[in-house]
Amino acid sequence: MKILVPCKRVPNPDLKLKVANGSVDLAGTTWQVNPFDEYAVEAALRLTEKGKGGERVGEVVVVSIGPKDTSAQLKQLLAMGANRAILIAGDDGALDADRVARILGTLVVAEKPDLVLMGKQAVDGDDNQVGQILAASLGWPQATFLASILLAADGKSATVTREVDAGVEERRVHLPAVMTVDLRIVGKKAVRNEALAPATAEWEDTQRLASLKGIMAAKKKELREITAESLGVAGGILVKTLRHEAPPARKAGVKVASVEELVAKLHNEAKVI
Amino acid sequence: MSGTATLVLLETTTSNLRSASLPAISAARKLAQVNGGPVVGVVIGSGIAAAAQDAARYVDKVLCCDNAALAAALAETWAPVLVAAIKKIDAAALVASATSAGKDILPRTAGLMGAGMASEIVAVIGAKAFRRPTYAGNALTDVEVLTPVVVATVRQTEFPPAAPAASAGTVEALPPGPIDALGSEFVALHASKSARPDLTEAKVVVSGGRGLKDAQNFKVLEELTDLLGGALGASRAACDAGMVPNDLQVGQTGKVVAPELYFAVGISGAIQHLAGMKSSKVIVAINKDPEAPIFQVADYGLCATWESTVPPLIAQIKTVKAAG
Ligand SMILES: Cc1cc2nc3c(=O)[nH]c(=O)nc-3n(C[C@H](O)[C@H](O)[C@H](O)COP(=O)(O)OP(=O)(O)OC[C@H]3O[C@@H](n4cnc5c(N)ncnc54)[C@H](O)[C@@H]3O)c2cc1C
Ligand SMILES: Nc1ncnc2c1ncn2[C@@H]1O[C@H](COP(=O)(O)O)[C@@H](O)[C@H]1O
Repeated sequence: MKILVPCKRVPNPDLKLKVANGSVDLAGTTWQVNPFDEYAVEAALRLTEKGKGGERVGEVVVVSIGPKDTSAQLKQLLAMGANRAILIAGDDGALDADRVARILGTLVVAEKPDLVLMGKQAVDGDDNQVGQILAASLGWPQATFLASILLAADGKSATVTREVDAGVEERRVHLPAVMTVDLRIVGKKAVRNEALAPATAEWEDTQRLASLKGIMAAKKKELREITAESLGVAGGILVKTLRHEAPPARKAGVKVASVEELVAKLHNEAKVI
Repeated sequence: MSGTATLVLLETTTSNLRSASLPAISAARKLAQVNGGPVVGVVIGSGIAAAAQDAARYVDKVLCCDNAALAAALAETWAPVLVAAIKKIDAAALVASATSAGKDILPRTAGLMGAGMASEIVAVIGAKAFRRPTYAGNALTDVEVLTPVVVATVRQTEFPPAAPAASAGTVEALPPGPIDALGSEFVALHASKSARPDLTEAKVVVSGGRGLKDAQNFKVLEELTDLLGGALGASRAACDAGMVPNDLQVGQTGKVVAPELYFAVGISGAIQHLAGMKSSKVIVAINKDPEAPIFQVADYGLCATWESTVPPLIAQIKTVKAAG
């Protein structure tokens, strides 16, 4: 099983976002792997494992389109356990979901993975588009917003559950496919490869951290840097960002001292009960 | 070049238009004002003739693609139908509500067409320009789609549910063309049943967080919820801990809600949670930690434990209601 995991670096979502003069100022931010992509890497690792901490069979390739220092995030993913990494030079300002998908598409044609596993959305742009566009451009099936993946023993199909508005939807998908993951994909028993891991297999309830051993091993792993041009991707973006603005601030509220005061305010002032 | 029609994907049961699609119709009408053409709905499914008639009350025309092989909303089969619909009416735009189906199917349609897409728009600025939240709602971003056909999903809380039009539109059959699910197959929907209103449509939402500690304790929140005729919500932490089903999660990756009244009980107010409820009209926070960030967005903050406040709150509201 060879799994390609596209990963984006995003600004730390817990830092206060500076929005001024029509743009977002990221000069002072720290960068990290998009959380959903980190979950996708964890899921990919589990699909190549016999169990928690067990032997691994198969290959997990992480790929990012980003500036040169995205190599720091890719190294972290190698330290988590990914086998190799590809960094495609690109600047966020010259990218949109369609272009990212087209670049990834040419890489998929070259790498021929059995599965593309990725986050459902990047938490900076919040687009939630790349996986679906990639699947469309490859003519592959797609399974989005996944909470669990059970890969069949023959490696040809998977039974998945998806988080949808009305609850949880179950689907069967043929491989190769594009799958995008939601938060619960890192649950203890959310992901398993029937060919490798027994039904009793269980992992941590979250994504793994890079171990010291992993960090040492990562130093010897391949991190290839290429350009979109070398992949022969033409064309530009389809969606242009015009400007950013800070959302209107909510006007400061009040602290109430008691339940009685709260109910009085909700009844007489806000008139909502 | 493309024409002037605005196409809107309308989700249905076999008999009815789903209310989740009403905000998309409002957005489509706004877009039609700048595009200058009609609003055309497209319904897809199996045995949906009655639903197509129901949907026609809201738009100038409904394209109905009715086929047994289209019963499940698979992006693999539905996206090509949407492409066919766009071509048939020479549409300038395709919109849909940002439901789980809309978010799954529209980007695939955009990908098939090579069309640019704007996700979860909150405002129509022009024929090709839209406003949308980014960075978990910490920025509002204006984008311009550069392709002849524009694709967009619509954030349901930011457009009012559409009312029926003065006169109903016509219904026209749309042939599906070749249907190929690429091996994808719908197996089952494990729906969480609830007699309460939909989270995204409720006038009151009562949400609980990790501070509730366990599933049992949600009973008291349910009592408050039902007293107010509202919907129950939760933070990610509460869902992950198994206190409530996952589809109650409010936030950047859960449901986006904007009720008249939102209660956040035992919720700290992480930005990912705020992203899903910041547009609520009135926010009440109950939290024992005076420093909890939820107080920064709350109109009314009560710094206390839920144990000591929610039961008397219920009693007090009953008294007020009884007094009229
Ligand atoms: C990619 C990503 C996506 C995410 N998406 C979402 C999302 O969509 N929605 C979401 O909610 N979160 C989301 N999160 C998680 C988010 O970052 C927070 O971890 C989560 O919202 C915290 O939930 P909480 O407020 O219930 O728990 P905590 O942060 O642990 O807060 C519990 C609160 O309860 C209070 N409390 C404790 N005991 C009592 C008591 N007896 N009475 C009153 N108050 C009490 C505490 O003071 C505390 O403030 C996401 C995170 C990531 C990384
Ligand atoms: N620059 C990028 N490099 C690699 N993968 C990306 C990039 N941008 C987006 N992706 C992938 O596409 C997913 C969805 O992103 P988006 O559609 O931008 O919200 C992310 O979770 C990543 O897996």
